[in-house]
Amino acid sequence: MNNSSLTPFKVLSPTAILGYGFPIKSFEEGMRRHPHVIAVDAGSTDPGPYYLGAGVSFTDRSAVKRDLEIMISAGIEEGIPVIIGSAGGSGGDPHLNWNVDIIKEIAAEKGLKFKLAIIKAEIDKKYVLEMMRTGKVSPLHPAPELTEEELDKTVRIVGQMGVEPFIKALDEGAQVIVAGRAYDPAVFAALAIKMGYDRGLAIHMGKILECASIAATPGSGSDCMIGYLGSDYFEVEPLNPMRRCTTLSVAAHTLYEKTNPYILPGPGGILDLTHTKFHQETERVVKVTGSKFIPSENYTIKLEGVKRIGYRTISIAGTRDPVMIEKIDEIIEGVKERVEDNFRNSGFKYYLDFKVYGKNGVMGALEPVKHTSSHELGIIIDAVADTQAIANTICSFTRSTMLHYGYEGRISTAGNLAFPYSPSDFKIGEVFVFNIYHTIRVDDPCQLFPCETILIGGEK
Amino acid sequence: MKVRLTEIAEVIRSKNSGPYELTFDIIFKDWDVFEKVCLSKDINPSLVSRLYSIPEEKIINIIEFKPAKAIKITIERPIASGELGETDVYGAQQHAPLLDLEFDI
Repeated sequence: MNNSSLTPFKVLSPTAILGYGFPIKSFEEGMRRHPHVIAVDAGSTDPGPYYLGAGVSFTDRSAVKRDLEIMISAGIEEGIPVIIGSAGGSGGDPHLNWNVDIIKEIAAEKGLKFKLAIIKAEIDKKYVLEMMRTGKVSPLHPAPELTEEELDKTVRIVGQMGVEPFIKALDEGAQVIVAGRAYDPAVFAALAIKMGYDRGLAIHMGKILECASIAATPGSGSDCMIGYLGSDYFEVEPLNPMRRCTTLSVAAHTLYEKTNPYILPGPGGILDLTHTKFHQETERVVKVTGSKFIPSENYTIKLEGVKRIGYRTISIAGTRDPVMIEKIDEIIEGVKERVEDNFRNSGFKYYLDFKVYGKNGVMGALEPVKHTSSHELGIIIDAVADTQAIANTICSFTRSTMLHYGYEGRISTAGNLAFPYSPSDFKIGEVFVFNIYHTIRVDDPCQLFPCETILIGGEK
Repeated sequence: MKVRLTEIAEVIRSKNSGPYELTFDIIFKDWDVFEKVCLSKDINPSLVSRLYSIPEEKIINIIEFKPAKAIKITIERPIASGELGETDVYGAQQHAPLLDLEFDI
C-alpha cells in the first residue's frame, strides 16, 4: 500500500468503560466527524478478582444498555462497525452472555437488524494444563509460578485477545462485535490495522483512546474522544469543547497503570515508545509520532484467572473513646485471642482481620504513620471462612466480643462500639483471589478465541 | 533551597499496574526542576524503601519519563489486589508518603 495515499482513519471512543456514560452532545460531535469505527473497552482487572470469579459485571446493566443503545443505533445508521472489548468487565463467558443479551434486547426494542460477531475469551483449564506441561505457560513477574494443584482450584480463566480475532470478525462482515477479555487497545486498532495502517501507531492511539477523555484536561472517564490515524502520526482530540488534549495530559496518560512507560508488552509483541514525540498541534489537539510495534518471536496471550478461597461477612463500627483509641492494637489482639479460644474445638478454619480507619485502614503495611492522632476510629471486622455460616459466626462473635471487651482503663462500660446500621453484620458472599497472571504461547493468535457470527433483530 | 515536592509537582498519584504491582507517578510542573530532580537522583530505591518500609528488592523500577516530565516508581504490591488483608483494591490511595518529601534544588 502506498502510505502517502492514506487518508486519516478516525476512531470514536465514547467512554472509558462501557456503562460509565457520555454526554450525548459530545457523541453527536464525534458522529459529525464521520468516524470509521466506534469502539469501547468494557473491562479491567482493577475492580479486583471478585467479578471474574463470580461471573458478574462491575458496571450496571441499565447504564451499559443506555451507552450501547446510542452507539449501536449510530453505528448502524452510519454503516460503520461498533466494537466492544472485555464485555461485562472481566470478559468471561457469563460476562459475554450478559452483554449479548443486552445487545439482543436493544435490537428487538429498536427494530435494528445487523450481523453480530461474538468472540469468546474464556479458556479451558484442561487446555492450560496441557500447555503448562509443554512449557508454554509462564508467570508475569511478580506473579508466582503456576502449579497443577493451583490450576485445579481456578474457577475461571480468560485470555486477552489481540487485534487478530477482531480482524477476522470484520472480514466476515460483522457490524457489531462483542468480545470477551481483550487487550484494551485492540478494539480501537483492529480495523485500522486491517486497512494497512501502522500497527505501532494504531495500538498507541488505542492505548490513549481506551480511557476516552481521561487523557484530556480536565479529565473525564465519561466523555468522548476521537483519534485521527495517519500514515506516520496520530492525533487525539476531546469532543467536548470544555476539554483539551495537551502534550502533558496525553503523555501523562501514557504512564497510567504501566510499569515501564517506554516498553509496553501486548499480544504478539511490544509497543516501543522510546522515540515517541508528543506535539501540541492546536490548542486542543495533540499529535503523536515515533511509536513502534516490535513483533516478538513467539505470540503470547496474557491469562487472568481466579480461585475461590471462601465466604466473607463483615461488620462496620466506630469508636470515639480516647482510652479505646489509645489501646486499639491490644484490644484487637485480645479480641482475636478470645475468638480463637472460644472456637478452639469447633474445627473452624477462618481468617479474621480488622481494618482500622483513622489509623492504617487505607495503607495497611505500607503506612508510615504509626501513631494515630485521630479522635475517632472506624473499624471493619472482616471474617472469611470456608462457608458463609462459619464466616457469619466468626464475624458475629467477634463483634459482640469487641463490643463488650473489658480492656484496662475502661471508663465507658456500656459498649465499646458505635454501629451505624442494624443489622450490624453484612454477608458479602464468595471471596476470590487472583491465582493466574501468566502468558501462554500460541501458534495462531485466533486459536483461543472462537468467533460466532449471527444475524439478529429485525422483527418487532 | 529546600522545596516541597507538592510545590514542584503537578500530579502525585498511585495506581495498580496489574494485580501484582503498584505504580507511582510524579509529574513535575516544569522542565528545569524535573531535570534537576533527575540529576540529583534524590528519588532513589533507598528513599522509596524508607518511605514505604519495604526492602529494596521489592522495588521493580524507578524510571524518568521525559515526554511527561515524570518520574515513575513501581513496586511489588505487599499482597496481590483483593487478597485477604487488602486495604486498597485499585491501589489509588498509596501516594500520601510522597507528599511530605522535600528536595534541595
